Amino acid sequence: MYSEKVMDHFTHPRNVGEIENPDGVGEVGNAKCGDIMRMYLKIEGDVIEDVKFKTFGCGSAIASSSMATELIKGKTIEEAMALTNKAVAEALDGLPPVKMHCSVLAEQAIKSALLDYSKKHNVVIPGLEDLNFDDEDHHDLIEND
Amino acid sequence: MQKYIYMDNAATTPVKKEVLEEMLPYFSENYGNPSSIYSLGSKSKVAVEKAREQVAKAIGADKKEIFFTAGGSESDNWAIKGVAYKNKSKGNHIITSKIEHHAVLHTCEYLEKQGFDVTYLDVDEDGLINLEDLEKAITDKTILISIMYANNEIGTIQPISEIGKIAKKRNIYFHTDAVQALGSIKIDVKDQNIDMLSLSGHKFYGPKGVGALYIRQGLKLDTLISGGGQERGKRAGTENVASIVGLGKAIELAYENLEENNEKLIKLRDKMIKDIEEKIPYVRLNGHRNKRLPGNVNFCFRFIEGESLLLSLDMVGVAGSSGSACTSGSLDPSHVLLSIGLPHEIAHGSLRLSLGSFNNEEEVDYVVENLVEIVDRLRKMSPLYDKFLEVK
Repeated sequence: MYSEKVMDHFTHPRNVGEIENPDGVGEVGNAKCGDIMRMYLKIEGDVIEDVKFKTFGCGSAIASSSMATELIKGKTIEEAMALTNKAVAEALDGLPPVKMHCSVLAEQAIKSALLDYSKKHNVVIPGLEDLNFDDEDHHDLIEND
Repeated sequence: MQKYIYMDNAATTPVKKEVLEEMLPYFSENYGNPSSIYSLGSKSKVAVEKAREQVAKAIGADKKEIFFTAGGSESDNWAIKGVAYKNKSKGNHIITSKIEHHAVLHTCEYLEKQGFDVTYLDVDEDGLINLEDLEKAITDKTILISIMYANNEIGTIQPISEIGKIAKKRNIYFHTDAVQALGSIKIDVKDQNIDMLSLSGHKFYGPKGVGALYIRQGLKLDTLISGGGQERGKRAGTENVASIVGLGKAIELAYENLEENNEKLIKLRDKMIKDIEEKIPYVRLNGHRNKRLPGNVNFCFRFIEGESLLLSLDMVGVAGSSGSACTSGSLDPSHVLLSIGLPHEIAHGSLRLSLGSFNNEEEVDYVVENLVEIVDRLRKMSPLYDKFLEVK
């Protein structure tokens, strides 16, 4: 059911853990739905120097978190902002349709962490103004696909 | 090759060799249609009737009361819809429980759309229905009580004999979905006042796609599948001879060594439960500790999600199952786990390991050993566990 890439990132997730004194932390999802992602960012200038995650969820949630961290590590904030859930899913060689919401969560987790960074550091990041991480948003998003 | 440990015997079981051997001649050699009058046909007829007798004997019924079907779901559909439609003029009320298999629940929901009223009884934290609730739910419109013998997920065994007594006293038909119980529990439909009982071959080392419905003699119900006159005119369709033969053999084998098998299984089950409780913190055993299917182990592991548990177990060659939402494709975890009062986040972390005849102690040790590591690894990754430790 899962691609080899998904299984690889699930069994050997990259960047698991926490960052002490992070510049930004974001958490999305909820336990009721069975998935929560938390992202930690270390930012120097406008570059994401380090990123770590913790995830409660299914195999594809863990793999999506892992892949998302790989895709933004060492990238600029602008590049991280441009990361879409589709790009995360494609990098994993695809996710089953019912699991696409996991990639949405990964995208939202990054944006949520960047939002935290922008607030703490008084930095304006274009594109974060009207973000809304409603609890079940990521599920609705998929059902309307 | 990595060893493979199958602990999902509640989902299905392998066909036993002795069963397969009995079945084989009925594919290419004795392929006659049981309805044909020539000798090749009669051979099939005799085989089907032998199986009918084997089933009847296993549950204390008469062979005239056994009707072969395509499996548990068909048997459940037939029993419930058949009685409901036949008894429409007497009443339109059905009583069942919230933790039934979907073959019962969805059939009842369908009947609700047809104008029937259905009461779905609550269960307690162990998954048991309350007999007083049942008595209170009965009205003069109640025509059927359908309560499963034992639950497929958490293994809890219902007080079937007591339910049978109540149903008899109140003159209401009693159906039980015994798909999980059959082959693990001694059943006597007469002693227990069971009017209809569903069973399915592949849960007790028989083939898939074949089951039976026991219907007490004299009980009238509508036919679900119309056509030829097979199964005494009650269930049309050329008999699935080889599978019926397999079902008959499998049920015979299951009851031949029932006590011995159960003793071994219960020992294994209780060892596994004890080991998991001792070696892994923050777990909850789901289902009743004693009124429980001999092979059923079902736990919730807090702070982690069931599908990632299953995938990790699969990586080390272990097959189990989970009631988490992520394994069902829906947003909600299993209705059974929610009905016993588990909050969503805990229900998501469920794991069922169902033991069978082919499992042994060494396998149980291997699985628990790996489970300790897997749970630890997933918890270290879980923000829920972090939060829990912070509060602590």
